[in-house]
Amino acid sequence: MAFGSKSEHILRPARASTVAASLAIALLLNFLPWKDMRLVPDFVALVLTFWCVRQPRLVGLGVAWTVGLLVDAGNGVLLGQHALAYSLLAFLSIWFSRRLLWFGAMLQAAHVALMLAVAQTLVLLVRLAAGDPFPGWAIYVSPLAGALLWPMVSWLLTLPQRRLEREQTI
Amino acid sequence: MEHTPPPFFKRGPAPLVRLFFFASLSLALLVLDARFRYAEGLRGVLALAAYPLQRAATAPVELLRTVGDYFSTQAQLFEENAALRAKNLALSQAAQRFETAEADAAQLRRLIGAAEKLEVKARPAEILYAGRDPYSHKVFVNLGERQGVKPGSPVTDEAGVIGQVTRVHPLVSEVTLVTDQDHVVPIQVVRNGLRAIAFGGGASGMLELRFTAGNAEIQNGDRLVTSGIDGTYPAGLPVATVVRIERDAENSFARVICRPAGGVDRGRFVLVLSDETARPPRPEEAQSGKDRRSDKARRARVKEKDA
Repeated sequence: MAFGSKSEHILRPARASTVAASLAIALLLNFLPWKDMRLVPDFVALVLTFWCVRQPRLVGLGVAWTVGLLVDAGNGVLLGQHALAYSLLAFLSIWFSRRLLWFGAMLQAAHVALMLAVAQTLVLLVRLAAGDPFPGWAIYVSPLAGALLWPMVSWLLTLPQRRLEREQTI
Repeated sequence: MEHTPPPFFKRGPAPLVRLFFFASLSLALLVLDARFRYAEGLRGVLALAAYPLQRAATAPVELLRTVGDYFSTQAQLFEENAALRAKNLALSQAAQRFETAEADAAQLRRLIGAAEKLEVKARPAEILYAGRDPYSHKVFVNLGERQGVKPGSPVTDEAGVIGQVTRVHPLVSEVTLVTDQDHVVPIQVVRNGLRAIAFGGGASGMLELRFTAGNAEIQNGDRLVTSGIDGTYPAGLPVATVVRIERDAENSFARVICRPAGGVDRGRFVLVLSDETARPPRPEEAQSGKDRRSDKARRARVKEKDA
């Protein structure tokens, strides 16, 4: 898992509590009263992608679907649109999980941007099918912003595991 | 002896199978929610679960606001106080005139035997946050089912109509703004009483009058108020002002663009109205003769009534 970057040693497996806490914080960030949602990265999608890539046996489609339902209810949108998108996102992340960590930071971010954009497109298709107007191409700014945050998110989320590892070597 | 794989090979069903399962589950939910509105119970439970996180998310903004309030200077407060006092005086005069006018109107209504208008109750509410859905225009207010808010209640601010409560959660309610693409208000031009229908303009933040004839008597700057014939909005609330009219010889309808009167995209405090006027039930719509069964059913109902 840690083959990707040379500086990393073998990481401790993440605990379920870390996963839950990170998802709760991501939900909180999503629920902040943003001015224009189209320009803000989807933090929940980003954190889900991270865990599906790193811990595909701990976080999978079931978790993604449940969190998606929470986002739907919290945002007051059609029930199931984010659940559907996050399920697809989780599937793509698990599919890419074996190769993604071999890439450098830039290439990883590019892959993440693509996956987030696919999920965003799925939401767009669902809403267009439900009869809503097209909200403008600005909605694709959000996946790009998410991809820019990817290196920071992966650094932050591996922090708890890394600290444990350092204690072990001492 | 049975040969089972060692536990570290067990990974459950293949990801593709799982994707198919969860995708069909989501699609079923989507159809149930969008078409039939069956998923409201589940939505209520989930919204309640998300509520603490939402409150926690609005907390930092509230804190900033409180800190800002704390540091407002005395001079500012004096100024604001004076302005408010002047406004209060003007408003109380207007209110006195309104009271006499209302008494006159009630008397006249009694004279002509029209239905007496019931009082519209207004409850102040605070906008918690704007909806995070880029596809629709919604806000959430801090009154819910517990406080007796009902779906369909009109929401206004001091300047005019903001929107309508479309979904009620236990502690918060969702208000669809008049600028939402799916939102429609029946209106009346103040100047000449012309009736029309105002549709939300979506992303433009404007309203649009559709199906008004090309030669309809509407001018720039005309004020539009609710006509009250939809049974949702009480009559006479300011809705919008006409800002642009496009008349096209090729099109039999004029395109009338209006700016909403209420602070749809600003302001913090709104009023949730509860209009409890008893209205006569709508007459049944005439159905085509082909629909024999419902025809029979109606006849049976009529007979029951006669008996």
